[in-house]
Amino acid sequence: MKKNISTFNELLSTCGQQNKRTYELFQEKEAFLLDIEIEKVRLKVKKSLDAMKEAIHIGLSSNEKSISKQCGDDCEKLQKRYKSHEPLFGKLFKKITAYALATIEENLRMGKIVACPTAGSCAIVPSVLVAISEELNISEDEQINALITAGAIGSIVQNKVALAGAIAGCQAECGVAAAMSAGALVQILGGSEKQMVHAVALALKNILGLTCDPVAGLVEIPCVKRNVFLAIHSVTAAELALADIESKIPTDEVVDALCQTGQLMSPMLKESSQAGLAKTKTALKIEQRVLNNI
Amino acid sequence: MKQSSLFDIISPIMVGPSSSHTAGAVRLGLLSRNIYGLTPKKITFKLYNSYALTGRGHGTDKGLLAGVLGIPVDDTRIKNIFDLHEANEVNYQFEFLEDFNRHPNAVDFIFEGTQKMTVSGDSVGAGNVRITNINNFPVDLTGEYNSLVLIYKDRLGILSKVSGIIQTEGVNIAAMNCERIAKGEDASMCMSLDCALNYSIIEKIKRIDDIYLVRHVGKLES
Repeated sequence: MKKNISTFNELLSTCGQQNKRTYELFQEKEAFLLDIEIEKVRLKVKKSLDAMKEAIHIGLSSNEKSISKQCGDDCEKLQKRYKSHEPLFGKLFKKITAYALATIEENLRMGKIVACPTAGSCAIVPSVLVAISEELNISEDEQINALITAGAIGSIVQNKVALAGAIAGCQAECGVAAAMSAGALVQILGGSEKQMVHAVALALKNILGLTCDPVAGLVEIPCVKRNVFLAIHSVTAAELALADIESKIPTDEVVDALCQTGQLMSPMLKESSQAGLAKTKTALKIEQRVLNNI
Repeated sequence: MKQSSLFDIISPIMVGPSSSHTAGAVRLGLLSRNIYGLTPKKITFKLYNSYALTGRGHGTDKGLLAGVLGIPVDDTRIKNIFDLHEANEVNYQFEFLEDFNRHPNAVDFIFEGTQKMTVSGDSVGAGNVRITNINNFPVDLTGEYNSLVLIYKDRLGILSKVSGIIQTEGVNIAAMNCERIAKGEDASMCMSLDCALNYSIIEKIKRIDDIYLVRHVGKLES
């Protein structure tokens, strides 16, 4: 069976019929698509996983600013605070937030990251996946399963909407990344396929309408901090779903809503930096400064 | 519907900060380099619209140059490309322009050397790119496949000759598009192939009468 799975409903029924997990179906499909062995597919996924870990590792010990000089030292600040204050939500929260900043700051200083699904949303999946895997001693094989699950979620959403801020706002970038991360987390924590699909819906439902209005058009403000917020958001979605809390609106319909919301959103709020945060008084000053300095 | 790949979602491994403005720029450069196919003496990059406005902040200029130098999207040398030995061996310049008839993320590469060639392309989102013109001929090249690009005089039988040669080598044509200025005038053809062509087939195609330009453009690896 190599048919295309284009909706979450199809995913659930195919998993049920074949008694397989999402990652199994998608690694088979990918092997067929690329005409390579499943092991080779997993090796390619491992390459992405390793690159994510490397970005975190490098990002944690850097405070180099971006080309615009606007961002780049938040991860250092956060780690400094954590040295003297344990965060309220404990060690896992500490790791996720630090790893998210480490990754997204590597991105803005032109370091090597993994677009997941995009560069502007590159920190959400890795921060959650790597932090949880370290804390719970998750095997590399399981991490790969989770990352394939994340990829499967993104690819199903992509069937309906392009994962680009210019098309559907940040919903389609950081929002979808959070849905991918939520689903991956359910996979890691031993949840069912159904719980995984509900985690996707719960994550997406709570970011509908998220605009893409970056200051000076750069992947910096508000992208850096947004990655941290949506990493934590994805954990909330996974925890709720693991408790069998269901999205009353089925996941495919939530994706439709996201798609429609994206279409209705003004182009001024979709990566064109013509409105919203990007046109605030202070943003305009920053923009002037940035354009004059680079 | 085109089947989407997992690796559209959990890759590429790339230097930041932007899929469209950095990785896309490198990919456009890599494709243009292969289309030009020679070592250029001079390259002029014309960046349009969003590429012009936010390009420097996203390292778009660095990415474009890296691409034409053959440096891939995940190479950390891109950040300091202007200081790189390879970059100093070629004369290059950037122009930043506005033209709302063009895509928001459009670029022209003007190569000069033993031959002059202009290659134009767009970064269409999420790191995906499209080469749209070669010397003002409309083409459609995305780097997803190994591709054969031809510019030729429109006449009876050219297509079947080319596809015949490819078929004898057992290479499947996944997609094909042709454009022409007018009947009997110059035309262009892009073929997407399921595997790479070897050198001897390309030489055979080059020997067909009325074909002016033949380029085999390898698919982008990342």
